[in-house]
Amino acid sequence: MDELVSAGAPEFFSDSGAPGGPGAAVAAARGLRRMAGVVPFGVYMALGLGAPLVAVAIGAFQSPNGGFTLGNVRIATHGEYLHGFAQSIELSVVAAVVPGILGLLIAYSIWTAKRGSILRQVAITASGVFANFGGVPLAFLFIATLGSSGLATRWLNDLGFNPYQHGFSLYSLSGVVVVYMYFQIPLMVLVILPALEGLRPAWREAAANMGARTWQYWRHVGGPVLMPSFLGCVLLLFGSSLSAYATAQAMTSGTIALTPIQIGTFLNGNVVAGQQNVGKALGLGMVIIIAIAMGIYVVLQRRSARWLQ
Amino acid sequence: MAAVDTIAAGEPGAAGTAHGRARPRSGRRDGFTPWRWLILILAGAYFLIPLYAALRFAGWGSFGSVIHQSGFAGSLGLSVRLAVITTVITLALMLPTAVYVHLRLPRLRRLLEGITILPIVIPPIVLIVGLLQVAPGFLKSTPYLLALEYVVLAMPFAYRSIDAGLRSFDLKTLVEASNSLGAGWASTLRRVVLPNLTTALLSATVLTVALVLGEYTMASLDLYQTFPVWIVVFDQTSGPISVAASLLALFVTWLVLLAITMLGGRHARRTGGGEVALFSVARRDTGRTS
Repeated sequence: MDELVSAGAPEFFSDSGAPGGPGAAVAAARGLRRMAGVVPFGVYMALGLGAPLVAVAIGAFQSPNGGFTLGNVRIATHGEYLHGFAQSIELSVVAAVVPGILGLLIAYSIWTAKRGSILRQVAITASGVFANFGGVPLAFLFIATLGSSGLATRWLNDLGFNPYQHGFSLYSLSGVVVVYMYFQIPLMVLVILPALEGLRPAWREAAANMGARTWQYWRHVGGPVLMPSFLGCVLLLFGSSLSAYATAQAMTSGTIALTPIQIGTFLNGNVVAGQQNVGKALGLGMVIIIAIAMGIYVVLQRRSARWLQ
Repeated sequence: MAAVDTIAAGEPGAAGTAHGRARPRSGRRDGFTPWRWLILILAGAYFLIPLYAALRFAGWGSFGSVIHQSGFAGSLGLSVRLAVITTVITLALMLPTAVYVHLRLPRLRRLLEGITILPIVIPPIVLIVGLLQVAPGFLKSTPYLLALEYVVLAMPFAYRSIDAGLRSFDLKTLVEASNSLGAGWASTLRRVVLPNLTTALLSATVLTVALVLGEYTMASLDLYQTFPVWIVVFDQTSGPISVAASLLALFVTWLVLLAITMLGGRHARRTGGGEVALFSVARRDTGRTS
């Protein structure tokens, strides 16, 4: 069972509690010495990941002359910035759940193809490449495809269905979701595949031997087993689309208020005097949103772990 | 048809055991049913049509003229240098750490997995804001600060590839055998561990390179003209050529990645090791796991 869960993608919180009881001090000393091997990694992450985050958190509460203030946070949680947060969250939830489900289906189709087949290798390597695709090039791909005079738009128009006459626009939130799926689905495929490896063929056989139909197998065996990994992967997708900057910038160019773009404008120097640190408050807000999402993930995961028992 | 395929494929490990032969991926229940074809065809259409549309827009001529554009060589050179530095540091940091954790601190594996996931979910834009705040001046004035931070971004991909590779063979037994035969640590790492990790290290390398060659957010906000930044800047000069450049980058990375996994797959079949596929690793022995 342990192997099963660790085969799944993100496991955020481990329960490797410290050993207690007699001899705990000796064990702790030995444990400390054994930790020496991970010190370089730990230090690098502390400097490269921890320090910038701490700087953002401190800066969020600093006025331009260095004093403490709540002004940045007040500005960041009102008006256009609050609107930016709301739209960012809305976009990220949709752009996590929809590609999450589609990615799972595609990953399952790939996984059941025979090992070493061309289809499988092309699909998996393509996922590795497309998951890192984004920005202006990606935006362009879709402008050429689903823009008002794009290729697919013309095809659909020839079939008598013009999406632009039915409320669709590439530059609206729904259009941006379609674009985000281009890197979100491959990311999902990459991270959910290891979890699929955790589904033992023997369980399927056992279920079939006991007369279970396909949907019964998924309802009672496959689904519950995959659920924790699936939730973890969807959370990862949520983070990924929340942080997308290049693509959002290229797609919306200011038509939709999104938090990463707003932070970018602070770095580019378009700042009202006295508001230099509002960008950091917005950054802190994003980190808090991620932390809340992780909290929800832990709760859901506990619940699904209970189903598993 | 699908059932015949599955049996004829003779998956390594699976064919030998009764378990393997009775795998439920047979045609009746789980083979290439119509809905599976439908999913793959729809996915194929979604991913290929935009590529085709962009290809048509760029035109074949643009591909030839990409390399002659001003700024192309300089920006690509910078991106390649950043990719090399990032890859070297990432592997030098992650390989020993992953091996050490597997051998000595298996309980830390989950924690490490959790930490290495953070760079994916924490917005790069927040990281760069903080980084420009705390980085010392001598680093801020060079583009190589980017390489140092890309190591953090590449960590999830590198760690997961290496971790999958380490799980595909019995590291502990091999290391113990090597040590009891009198080999020192350096010798064990070089002659026992590394040869078994070839595919995983290649995957880690390619994923890292793909990430660095495509990273835009940090580079543009740090005001250095890496290849992705150049593509965007150049887009204002000539759209078709800029699109051709990005398509070229996409296809080359894909081909390299494909070549690596295919070579790795052949290597794995020959040696009987597990197949490493970027993040995941196929089990060698299906009977043992149930």
